[in-house]
Amino acid sequence: MSTSAVAHQPLSARGFALPPNTGKVVRAVVTYSILILFALAMIMPFVFAVANSFKELPDIAANPMRLTPGVRADGTPYSWTLQGYERALNTQQINFPRAIFNSFFIAITVTIMRVLFNSLAGYALARIRFPGRGFAFAALVGTLMVPGIVLLIPRYLILNQLGWIDTYWALLVPYFADAFGIFLMKQFFESIPREIEEAAEIDGASRFRMFFVIILPMAIPALTAMAIFAFQGTWNDFQGPLIALNLNRDLYTLPLALAFLRGVTGDAVQWDLMLAGSVITTLPMAVIFFIFQRFFIEGVSYTGVKG
Amino acid sequence: MAVAAPSIGKRGGFQLSAKGQERAAGFTFILPALIIVVVFIFLPLFSAFLISFTNWNGLQPPFEAQGVGLRNYERIFGLDGTTVVRDEFFVAIKNTFYYTLGVVPTQTALALVLAFIVNQQFLRFRGFFRVAFYFPSITSSIVIATIFLWLFNRNGVINGVIGGVANFLGLQYSPVTWINDANGIIHNFLRLFGVTIRTAPAWMTETTILGQTIWQWISGPSVTMLAIMLLAIWTTTGTMMLIFLAALQDIPRQLYEAASVDGATRWQQFRLITVPMLRPTTFFVLTIGLIGCFQVFDQIYVISQGNPAGTTKTIAWIVFRNLRDSQAGLGAALAFVLFVIIAVFTVIQRRLVGKTVQQ
Repeated sequence: MSTSAVAHQPLSARGFALPPNTGKVVRAVVTYSILILFALAMIMPFVFAVANSFKELPDIAANPMRLTPGVRADGTPYSWTLQGYERALNTQQINFPRAIFNSFFIAITVTIMRVLFNSLAGYALARIRFPGRGFAFAALVGTLMVPGIVLLIPRYLILNQLGWIDTYWALLVPYFADAFGIFLMKQFFESIPREIEEAAEIDGASRFRMFFVIILPMAIPALTAMAIFAFQGTWNDFQGPLIALNLNRDLYTLPLALAFLRGVTGDAVQWDLMLAGSVITTLPMAVIFFIFQRFFIEGVSYTGVKG
Repeated sequence: MAVAAPSIGKRGGFQLSAKGQERAAGFTFILPALIIVVVFIFLPLFSAFLISFTNWNGLQPPFEAQGVGLRNYERIFGLDGTTVVRDEFFVAIKNTFYYTLGVVPTQTALALVLAFIVNQQFLRFRGFFRVAFYFPSITSSIVIATIFLWLFNRNGVINGVIGGVANFLGLQYSPVTWINDANGIIHNFLRLFGVTIRTAPAWMTETTILGQTIWQWISGPSVTMLAIMLLAIWTTTGTMMLIFLAALQDIPRQLYEAASVDGATRWQQFRLITVPMLRPTTFFVLTIGLIGCFQVFDQIYVISQGNPAGTTKTIAWIVFRNLRDSQAGLGAALAFVLFVIIAVFTVIQRRLVGKTVQQ
């Protein structure tokens, strides 16, 4: 009480004779205005893109600012249409339905394998004593410092040597484990009380049984968070497939297909098709985001931990 | 006692084999992940380092490439007397530098301010604002680049919005060709004061340093690059705001309570509690921002492919272009130079953090 009185004193001392709540109201108005302005700036590009993806091509060109169909020069109205989506799915330049399949197939496979490999490795680093554990840990820490772009040519080199260029292997196997995920799992497993394992040990359970039957089910929240990151990373990845695929466009993922369509059309971009393709590419991630919001927001604090 | 004794006995009896089992389990658990990391990160990095000393074209088997010693590195820095590779490298350095200088401070400052606002006690709909700010960062970089390419189109939404505002204020606005404008923004700014390439002093327009005139060096990022910078700021600010927000909420409330009992004003609390407590997070955000900016690639690929007039060529872009143009050896050398640049900046940053933590 006394502190708030002190805080208000300078204001009245300077001669502001305002009702007691004015400061609060002004602050709220300013705060909400700034936030709403920024929220609009963040959301409106998507709103414009989605709305225009359901418009006819000439309408998009003439009235991009309209969120509903506009009017032609001769006064007749344009209508809502699925043309962009039909053209995207049927374009001759790229097999778009196949790209949708590829994106799902690759993201799901990588997610499952990465959850498995990362949690196994994380558990080993957290709990099992074996020679070379220090080395394994150091090797993994080392990879955290390698910027992705630096790996572009090295990855190409190794995939080329393995004969994996233009195959699914190149889009899958290199992503089955990542250091960041392993650390997340290690941290999580370290937080589980040792007594639980000791009890299982007394019952004669092997490490494998212990891991799969007792430990892993306890780790479901952490596994979910990691699965989401893995799916997001793989779904949105562009550089990986870009260097792994040379001639085989049948294996293109959605981001690659979009970038390719932009490339072949040059300056005459077909916006109805491109916007529809963008919406298709974003939709699965958007659905996952809205279902698992909490994990995404919490995930950011994990990235904070990383530093 | 009666219960504990048999279990100890049991353990003692199997001690050796139990240890062996434990080791076997450890190896089996770590091996799949370790193999992936070694085969797809360490081995490639090592072989690419060797390849950077060859003229490998990326197509032939790497063993058939001829060793060229330090030639690739000499070409990058112009030490062998040639200038083609060197000039392009320094154009990319200039572009990447301007890009980073524009993006990192802006996104960090914006994120910090937004985090303070969202963190206010009275705020409602906090969840909504969080989602709105975070959504861009879960979206594919290619999708965002595509949408921005469309928004920044000459007849697009951005020009429409600016034109609308200008009209409302009674000003003239002639639409900017954002995606194909090689003019530097500092160059454009100076023109407002009548300083152009014709009126500028000769030493600025005629002295050439590392392949570019002083005028070119100082003319700033091109308008097209500016559009890509805005895109980057727009995409990353939300994530960084959430990092700051998490840090703000981690500051123990008792600190503020104690301070206000001692009679500290809000401003003093901010300066003496909030700022120091946020310092590690700020440096973390600056570091990831810096590392991200040095690697900018996807947006360049979709929006401009290094054009117009080479003003959006970044280091990452020329690494890729050399791979594509059958100069993989040179590309690998460029990638390692970029690696060193990033490492140096990270170390400098770590030093700064170390200092502030000691204070």
